[in-house]
Amino acid sequence: MAQLTCQNVAIGYDGRTILTNLNFSIDAGDYLCIVGENGAGKSTLMRTLLGLQPAIGGRISWGDGLHKGDIGYLPQQTLVQKDFPASVQEIVRSGCQARGGWWPFYSREDQQRVAMAMDKMQITPLAKRCYRELSGGQQQRVLLARALCATEKMLLLDEPTAGLDPKVTRELYQLISDLNQGDGITIVMISHDISAATRYADHILHIGEPLFFGKTADFLTQMPRSWIGAVAKEVNRNE
Amino acid sequence: MNDLLATLAHYWTYPFVRYALVVGVLIALCASLLGVTLVLKRFSFIGDGLSHVAFGAMAIATVLGMTDDMPLTLGITVVSAILLLRTGQNTKIKGDAAIAMISVGALAIGYLLMNLFSTSSNLSGDVCSTLFGSTSILTLSQTEVWLCVVLSVIVVVSFIVLYNKIFAVTFDENFAQAVGTKVEGYNLLIAILIAAVIVLAMNLVGSLLISALIIFPALSAMRIFKSFRAVTLCSASISVCCAVLGMLLSILAGTPVGSTIVAVNMVVFLLCWLLGTVKRGELL
Repeated sequence: MAQLTCQNVAIGYDGRTILTNLNFSIDAGDYLCIVGENGAGKSTLMRTLLGLQPAIGGRISWGDGLHKGDIGYLPQQTLVQKDFPASVQEIVRSGCQARGGWWPFYSREDQQRVAMAMDKMQITPLAKRCYRELSGGQQQRVLLARALCATEKMLLLDEPTAGLDPKVTRELYQLISDLNQGDGITIVMISHDISAATRYADHILHIGEPLFFGKTADFLTQMPRSWIGAVAKEVNRNE
Repeated sequence: MNDLLATLAHYWTYPFVRYALVVGVLIALCASLLGVTLVLKRFSFIGDGLSHVAFGAMAIATVLGMTDDMPLTLGITVVSAILLLRTGQNTKIKGDAAIAMISVGALAIGYLLMNLFSTSSNLSGDVCSTLFGSTSILTLSQTEVWLCVVLSVIVVVSFIVLYNKIFAVTFDENFAQAVGTKVEGYNLLIAILIAAVIVLAMNLVGSLLISALIIFPALSAMRIFKSFRAVTLCSASISVCCAVLGMLLSILAGTPVGSTIVAVNMVVFLLCWLLGTVKRGELL
């Protein structure tokens, strides 16, 4: 049974539909990349999956022991966070916020989760540092550790490598790949970078023209090679 | 020096001075706790907007001839706070514009109403004391002091109990909502608490200067400290110290209470800013 199934889902905002007829399903352990042009609705789709906004039509169902709210989320950075006085530990700990139910404080078990997540993301030495003084790559690892505290099953990542230099980008992709293969965490990632998407992901969802969902290998054979090359070149030029 | 102490000791024998100090410290504490969240959520100006709303509401209560204007003022301010905090995202009129609109509108309507219907012989004096809180803190009744104590305890306890959630909602609303935290509920709670604090604080500094109590301690603390907990604790301490110092100074020098407290806060902000710059300079 799939962890997440979308049947004929339509998404949009402010009463405006931007995308219809989305059909796809994600199994445990999958690594899915959502690609598509700016404004195609990638972020809107992710917000809809997270329940931050309602779907306009269709059905989104959760299964395989996964519930809505059982997922970790790595959002794009907001303006507020750029100048926020918070230590790394405080931020990672906030990933446990929904675990205690109505109990408002963090338990010892939560602390252990925090320590483990920070260790996995190799940010334990940064625990007392201030978030706004870290480099872009370090900040993303902090937010990834926070997402790990919230889930053991599925991570939704919204352009995790935006604004990072190539070396840091590679390291981050490797970390995410390790989480997928080593810990069996399902990854759903929005990406601009088609070449990286096809390298790391085992499934691709292309939003826009043409709509595609399937295995990466099929994506590469079905989509015109010239088209993928052109998009990849475009992306490289933009960066 | 001994003279000063003698003067203070003399004033201390008056109950209204003691009341004023107690209420002042409590309000400063509550305002600074909520201030950290509001400043970080980019809602610094909401204190200003809401205090003007409270001024308008007080004018309405006066015109209606109510003997106790507290319930009406509190009610209207709470409703406005909820509406303003809701406008944060995804609305046609952006948060800052909505605050500016409501704030100026309420101020104008309040003054208009007082001018048209007031029976008081000293209208400008009334308006001035509502806006700048010049004397009302020295005329608190025992009931008002108790009301203030109870409300402050509620604010402080809620803040401590919900500290972790407040941090989560302030730092990243989207993430909090995605993992199942009831963000709307917490925003509502913050709105209600801030409205209550503002209505109380009108007695202390008047409606024009409330923003200062909310934003200055938080901004000062943020110059020096780098974790949310340290900023919160520092902001609370700065606020309480400034309130006490400001009130003592105003008693000794005979200056208006509200503006003296704000002036002390400004001096402390400058000191913190200097300290922060020096500290960063050393790190480099």
